[in-house]
Amino acid sequence: MSLDLHTAAPPGGGGDPARPARAAHRRPASLTRLDLKYSPYLYVLPFFAIFAVFSAYPIGYTIWIALTDRSPLNATISFVGLDNFVELLTEDPQFWNAVVNTFGMFLLSTVPQLLLALVLANALNRKLRAQTFFRMAIAMPIITSTAVVALIFSMLYAKEFGLVNWLLDLVGLGPIDWRANRLASWFAISTMVDWRWVGYNALIYLAAMQSISKDMYEAAALDGASRRRQFWSITIPQLRPTIIFTLIVSTIGGLQLFTEPLLFTSGSGGISGGSEGQFQTITMYLLDVMNTRFRWGYAGAVALVLFLLIALVSLVNYLLARRISSDK
Amino acid sequence: MTTTTLRPPVRRTPKAPRDTHKADRLWKATPLTWVGLVLGVILSLFPFYWMIVIASRTNDAANSWPPPFLPGGKLGENIARVLENGDANIVKGLMNSFLVSGTITIATVFFGSLAGFAFAKLRFRGKNAMLLVILASMMVPIQLGVLPLYILMAKLEWLNTMPSVTVPFLIGGFGIFMMRQYAEQAVPNELIEAARVDGCSTWRVYWHVVVPALRPAAAVLGLLTFMEQWNQFFWPFVVLADPANPTVQISLRSLNTAYFADNSQIFAGTLIATLPLFIVFVLFGRQIIGGIMEGAVKS
Repeated sequence: MSLDLHTAAPPGGGGDPARPARAAHRRPASLTRLDLKYSPYLYVLPFFAIFAVFSAYPIGYTIWIALTDRSPLNATISFVGLDNFVELLTEDPQFWNAVVNTFGMFLLSTVPQLLLALVLANALNRKLRAQTFFRMAIAMPIITSTAVVALIFSMLYAKEFGLVNWLLDLVGLGPIDWRANRLASWFAISTMVDWRWVGYNALIYLAAMQSISKDMYEAAALDGASRRRQFWSITIPQLRPTIIFTLIVSTIGGLQLFTEPLLFTSGSGGISGGSEGQFQTITMYLLDVMNTRFRWGYAGAVALVLFLLIALVSLVNYLLARRISSDK
Repeated sequence: MTTTTLRPPVRRTPKAPRDTHKADRLWKATPLTWVGLVLGVILSLFPFYWMIVIASRTNDAANSWPPPFLPGGKLGENIARVLENGDANIVKGLMNSFLVSGTITIATVFFGSLAGFAFAKLRFRGKNAMLLVILASMMVPIQLGVLPLYILMAKLEWLNTMPSVTVPFLIGGFGIFMMRQYAEQAVPNELIEAARVDGCSTWRVYWHVVVPALRPAAAVLGLLTFMEQWNQFFWPFVVLADPANPTVQISLRSLNTAYFADNSQIFAGTLIATLPLFIVFVLFGRQIIGGIMEGAVKS
């Protein structure tokens, strides 16, 4: 497609017959110099304008607000130093409950998600008929929104008439109250995350697998290495950068978990994450503090700690994944 | 880390002359491969099927034991009910979502290709530092600034209006990186030089040389952006508290918070909210999958 570019776009302005290229020659040299020097800045300006107003400024403001007791209920704002952080880290069991829930669901979703994606990608990497069909079918969940996923799975996990409990009943297991039990609710929410993201990650792994030289596999096969052995000794180490990438993306996404647990409760009051907050995540708690208790300064502290946690876990994941090939 | 490589469509032919019998066997699918794949496909597609089953049943039939497994005949009726639901305002939601996602998609493709061109092909001071800022911006979750951003929206009097969910997202780092990567490979430097010699201004170089070359990547970026924006939930949830003016995802939330949970109506709603992207996926699935696969390999 990019080949017919030469004919499609004659340099000097096709499609504008009123101004032949020669006219441009007569532009004053100073104007050309200005154009060369400043137009790049003009082209990147939209991003930096939006970034400054809607990202950088709010982030800076968050740091400031976290050091105050600002609230729409207070007439005055006073500086409280690190009080918010001290309270958050030492006297707030509900925050720690949210941290435990978030990490629990993060682990419960990310580990199977990436393992399943690897297995699926390995299968898709074989010689297959109907390749496009398989890829499309497996990628299809990415068209659903997290809200849609949450609503569909909420019904699958309904206590009374849910399909999952019906299946359990078939094999003689009692019904599970997927919302009341902490571990069960984590499991249910994790399957929502996995359903949406396994296929996406499988495609990313597949793309990386296809760029591994086939000679390596042939040589290994000649040496008598089994397929399983080839998978662990060639595929996984070669995928290291991709695994790091998916781990970091899943960390950033997983620790922000919000929509699925929010909509897992039907009716109002979803923000509290179950009757005893058994599946309230950090982001839900953040909005709880901000919109229900109106403690804006404190909410700033929650947001900052959430960000630091994400950065820390991403770093740990990066360091762990970097060791993949040196293990072998 | 999220450097995107979207190479121009060059097909590699897997057929090599030394594709011997042995090598063929190495890549053959075993029965286990097929079992795994078929299972994967069933699990991927079942929730879509289930969506149709429940959306086409009466609410009583949806809540029965054993659960229904085949679609019923109430799809039209349920869709009509959800479209008329005064709490969800889903028609308004659909229109708003089209408006918001469409605007952001056009802006992202335009600003992304402009900035991507600048970063790939133009020389200017501070380029690398700027790229680093863009990369860093992609790693910061929106939660970090959510409260001041909310206060800002209140000051601008944008709460419960569409600018609040549109303007902050008009251009993001992903679009710039993707376009930069593609421009580096797809726009020959000689062509830009030739245009310059002919007296083209930078803008004309962009418009007449770069834009035609970037078209395939721009299409993929547009598709991915539209899908992502259509599905946004967190930020709209924060700023669109008034159910009278929602995006379609917020309409779904309103259906779910109703005092009486009407599952067949909720599922008809999810069907309506997913249908536009389903059509996009059927028409452009190959490009979307290609975009994802080319997207994240090189880091």
